[in-house]
Amino acid sequence: MKLGLVIDLDTCVGCHACAVACKEWNGGSALSGPLSDYEPYGKEPSGVWFNRVRHYEAGEYPQNKTLNVPMSCMHCEDADCVTVCPTGASYKREDGIVLVDQDKCMGCNLCTWACPYGARELDESSGTVKKCTLCADRIFDELLPPGDRQPACVLACPTHARHYGDFDDPGSNVSKLVAEREGFGMLPELGYKPVNRYLPPRPMPKVPVHASPQENGSAPGLAQRVAGWVNKFIER
Amino acid sequence: MRPALSIVFFTVSSGAGLGLLALLALADLFKLGGGLSVAQILSGGMLGLVLVAAGLVSSTLHLANPKNAWRAFTRFATSWLSREAVFAAAFFPLCALYLAGVFWQQPWRAFAALLVVALAWTVLYCTAMIYGSLKPIRQWHTPLTPLNYLLLGHASGALLLLWVAERGQTRIAPYVVLALALLSAGAAAKLAYYARTRRDGGATLGHALGVKTAAQVKLLDAGHTHGTFLSAEFVFTLARAHAARLRAAVWAFGFAAPALLAAAFPDAALGAALLCLAGLLAERWLFFAEAQHTVALYHGARRV
Repeated sequence: MKLGLVIDLDTCVGCHACAVACKEWNGGSALSGPLSDYEPYGKEPSGVWFNRVRHYEAGEYPQNKTLNVPMSCMHCEDADCVTVCPTGASYKREDGIVLVDQDKCMGCNLCTWACPYGARELDESSGTVKKCTLCADRIFDELLPPGDRQPACVLACPTHARHYGDFDDPGSNVSKLVAEREGFGMLPELGYKPVNRYLPPRPMPKVPVHASPQENGSAPGLAQRVAGWVNKFIER
Repeated sequence: MRPALSIVFFTVSSGAGLGLLALLALADLFKLGGGLSVAQILSGGMLGLVLVAAGLVSSTLHLANPKNAWRAFTRFATSWLSREAVFAAAFFPLCALYLAGVFWQQPWRAFAALLVVALAWTVLYCTAMIYGSLKPIRQWHTPLTPLNYLLLGHASGALLLLWVAERGQTRIAPYVVLALALLSAGAAAKLAYYARTRRDGGATLGHALGVKTAAQVKLLDAGHTHGTFLSAEFVFTLARAHAARLRAAVWAFGFAAPALLAAAFPDAALGAALLCLAGLLAERWLFFAEAQHTVALYHGARRV
C-alpha cells in the first residue's frame, strides 16, 4: 500500500478549510496529542499545524494566475526524516504513512531540517515533533461509515480539490486522477519520492489586451474625454 | 537556517577538543619536538576532554525533550546524529584508557593513541555529516562540509597543542609548523566552501512548486498572520553588510591573527588559540545563518 493525497491546484480556492479541519480532528487525536497554540488570543497567535495553505501568483497582470497550494506531509517513499531520526521516533508504516512516536521523540529538530517541504513542526509545549498522520485514526476506523473513512482535510474540502487513496493500486481514484491530469510530486530531484501528487492548474486562455487610445496614437473621442473629465472630479 | 547558539558552541568546542586529542596522540606517537612529557599529555588530554564534554552538554540544551536523549544511541545504522552520539560516548573511556597508559608508561599506549586518533576523526566526521547529509540545504550538502569540520577542528586543536607544548621542555618549532599548516589548510577549505556558497542556487519558487510555467511565481500570502515554527527555523535573513563584517571577523580572528601570533610569539599560544576559537564561533554562526533551506522558497525566497 502507498497511501497518500492528490491535491488539485486547479480547483483549490485557498479557503483553508482543510487546514482548519485537520487542526480540529488532530487536536484531539491520540496519535500526536494536542496541536498546541501559542497566544491564540494574543497579539501574535501561532501554533502547530499539519497542513498549511500558501498563496502564490504566477505571471504578471493580466496574464496572471493565483495558485493556492496546501502543503502537508508527502509520506515520501524514501523519507529522509525517518533516516536521520536518531531516536527511532520517526517511522514509516507498511501502508506508507510516516508517523512520529511522541513517546520517543527528543525534539532535536533534525527531521524538520531533513524535510524539504516543511511538513514537520516542533511543538514547543510537548517538546516533540508533530506531523500529518494522514488521519490514520480515521481512515481505518471501522466504527465510522465507509464514506467517512477519509482524512479530515479531504472530507472538509468544499471544492473537492483533495482526494485520498492508494497509489499502489492503478485502479484507485488517485492513480486515475494522476494519470489523467499529469499529477506531479514536488522537488523530485531530491530523491525522496514524495507520494502525494499535485494536479497542475489547467492552462488559462490568454487574456486579450486592448491598447489604450493614447497608445493607439489617435485622439480620444468626445465620450472618452467627458468620462475622463468626470473622473477627475469624482473621488473614489 | 536559524543559528542555535547551543549548536554553534557545541560544534566549535567539541571540534577543538577532538582536534586537540587527535593531534596530541599523534605528537605522542611520533615524539614530535622530542616528545611531550607525561604531565603535558595528561593536562592536554584533560583540556581536550573538557572541551568535548562542554560541547556535548551544550548540544543537549538544543533538545526540546531531553528526557528521551538516551534514545539517540539507538539508530546507529541509519542516523548520523545517532552515530555521533555513540562514537562520542565511546571516546571518553578510550581517552581515559590512553591517558592511563601514558601515566603508567604501558607498552600498549601507542596502540591506544592510534585508536584515539581514529575515533576523534570519526566523531568529527559524524558531526559534520549530520549537516552534510541534509539534501534540502544546498550549501551544506557537499563533501566540503566534513572537510571544513575536520580541518577547522584540527586547526584550533593545533593551537591548543602549541600552548601545551610551550609549557614544557619540548622543542616547539614543529608544533608551530603544524599549527600554521593546519590553519592554512583550514583557510583554504573555508575559501572553497564560501566560493561554492556564493554561487547562485538552481532552485526557484516556481521550480519548488513544480508548476510548469514560464512565468515568474511569487508569494502572495504565506497563510499565517505571525511567525510559525517554519518561518522561525528556516526563513532566517541575514543582512549582506552584517554577513560581510562577520566574514571579515572569521578571516581576521579565525585564521590571520592566530597564524601571525603563533609564528611570531609562540609564547602567546593560548591567546592565539582563544582568538581562533572566537573566529570559529563567528564562522559556525555564519555556517548556519547563510545556509538556505528549500522551505524558505515556499515562504517567498527567490533562490536557495
